[in-house]
Amino acid sequence: MPTKMLTGTKIRERRIASGIRQSALAGSVGISATYLNLIEHNKRRIGGKLLSEIASKLQVSQTSLTDGIEEALLGKLQLAASRASTPRDELEPAEEFAGRYPGWASLVADQVERITDLEQMVESLSDRLSHDPALSDALHDLLSTVTAIGSAAAILVETDQIEDEWRDRFHRNIHEDSQRLATSSQSLVTFLETTDEKVDPAIEPRDIVDNWFAARGHHIPELEHNNSCDNAALFEIEPSIKGSAAQSLAAPLFANYRADADAMPLPEFATVAEAANYDPARIAVHYSIDLASVFRRLAALPSEYCKDPFGLVVCDASGALTYRKEIDGFSLPRFGSGCPLWPLYQALSKPAVPIRRVVETTGRDIQQFLAYAVAQPVGSLGFDKEPRYVATMLIVRFQKHSAAAHDVEQVGMSCRVCARSKCSARREASILQGF
Amino acid sequence: MMAKRVLLIEDEPNIIQAIRFILSRDGWEVVSHSDGNTAVAEVLKRDPDVVILDVMLPNKSGFEILQDLRADETTKDLPVLMLTARGQNRDRELATRYGASRFMTKPFANSEILSTVQELAGA
Repeated sequence: MPTKMLTGTKIRERRIASGIRQSALAGSVGISATYLNLIEHNKRRIGGKLLSEIASKLQVSQTSLTDGIEEALLGKLQLAASRASTPRDELEPAEEFAGRYPGWASLVADQVERITDLEQMVESLSDRLSHDPALSDALHDLLSTVTAIGSAAAILVETDQIEDEWRDRFHRNIHEDSQRLATSSQSLVTFLETTDEKVDPAIEPRDIVDNWFAARGHHIPELEHNNSCDNAALFEIEPSIKGSAAQSLAAPLFANYRADADAMPLPEFATVAEAANYDPARIAVHYSIDLASVFRRLAALPSEYCKDPFGLVVCDASGALTYRKEIDGFSLPRFGSGCPLWPLYQALSKPAVPIRRVVETTGRDIQQFLAYAVAQPVGSLGFDKEPRYVATMLIVRFQKHSAAAHDVEQVGMSCRVCARSKCSARREASILQGF
Repeated sequence: MMAKRVLLIEDEPNIIQAIRFILSRDGWEVVSHSDGNTAVAEVLKRDPDVVILDVMLPNKSGFEILQDLRADETTKDLPVLMLTARGQNRDRELATRYGASRFMTKPFANSEILSTVQELAGA
C-alpha cells in the first residue's frame, strides 16, 4: 500500500469512503463529473478555492488532502525529468506517473536527491581546490618541486656525456629540491589534517550547522537555563559540529542565542509574546530591544509555548542565506538565494525600516504567510567605514482574521523551482517550465 | 645560422636550469625572466621565437601576460607554450581562450618540452 498519495487519489479515496457519488460531489462544487474524474486520477491540478470546497464537502481538512510531501515529490520528479536526455514528450506528466506508481515515484525522487547531494559534494571538493588559495599554492609548490627533480634526474640519466659542472649542479638541485619536497609535503599534510579533522569532506560547514540547529528544533535548552554552557560543550551535542569552519559559523549564532535568551528569558517571554498577539513590534517595545532579536527569539520558541511555529531566514548583504528555519508550506532553498520578492530582500534595500507583508506561495499548495523583515547593521559602527547590514525575516502562517486587509505578494522558494510565469524578478529559468 | 631564441618566463630556478640545459643542447638560446610585472616588456625587448610561460608567477599571472601579448600587434601571433602545475580543465580552457599555442602541465617530460618548442618554432 503506497504511503504517499497525490491529492487526486486522496480525494477519490475519501469520496468513496464517504459513499459520495462522483457526480454528486462534482455538482456540489460546481464542476462537471468529467472534470472531477480527471482530478481524481491526477490528470488535472487542483488548489485554492476548489480544493477548499471539496475538502469541506468531504469533511476533511485541506492539508490532509495535500499533505505537503506531494509538492516536494513532484518537484523532484520534475527535476529528474529536466535532466533526462529522454525526449520530454516520452515522459508522462509527473502527476500521472506519481499517481499510478507512487512507490516508484518516491524511489526516483530519492535517487534525484541523492544525485544532487553527490553533485554538490563533487562541486564543493573541486571548488575547494580551485578557490582555497593556501591549498592551491601548496600544490603548485609541490608539483613545481617534483618537476624540477624529475627534469634534473632525467637529464642525469638520459644525457650521454654531461659536463662535470652541469652534473654537479643537477645533483645539488636534486638534493635541495628533495629536502624542499619533504618540507612541502609535511606542510600540506599538516594543513589538510588541521582543516579536515574528523569532518566529512562532502558536507559543507553551513550544512553541518544547519543540520545541528534543525535537529534541536532551533531551540537550545543549554543556553536557556545554563548560560555557562560553553561552545566546546555545545559542539559535542549530537549531531556534533566538527571542524573549525563549521564551528566558526556556529559560534556567532550561539552568541546571538545567549544574548536573546538573557534579554528575553523563558517562560516570561512566551507570556509576553502571547499577550502581544505575537506582534514583534509590541514585543520589542516591551523589552526595549531590536526587532531582529525578537524575530530570532520567536523562532526559537519550543512547540509547547506557541501553537503556530515561526520560520526564520537571515541573509547577509550579498543576499546569501546564513540561517534557515523552515516551517510547513514555506520551503527554503538549500543552496543559493531565495525568491527575490521575499520581504527579506526588500528590507535590505531599506535598512532599519521594518516591513510586514502577507505573502502567498505559488505552486500546488498555495498558502499565505505573514512575513516580517528588517535589515540592521551589525558589528561596530564608525564614521570612517560603511555599516554592514544583515536582514532577518520572520514567517508565520497568516490568520486571515488577525489583521487588517493586506496586499498579498506572491512569492516562491527560488526561481529555479518556481512555476510563476512572467515574473519581472526572475533571475534564472525554472525547471518547471514546460510541465 | 643564428640560434633560435626561447624566452622562459618562470620563477623556479631549478626548473629554469633544467629547461635551459635541455634546449641549449638542441641549439637554442635560452633567456629567462622571473617577474610577471615586467614579462611583457622583456618579450618585446628580447624578441624570442618561442615563449614558455608559467601560469603562476609573482605579481602577475601567466594568463594576464598572455592576454597582454595577444592584445599587442607585434606579439599577437607569437608562439606561446603555457606551463602550469594544475592540470584542471579550467586552466586548459582559459589557456585556449586567451590564445595559448600549447598547454602543458607539470611535471612534464624533458623530451616533450623539447619537441613542443621545436614544433612551435617550425609552425
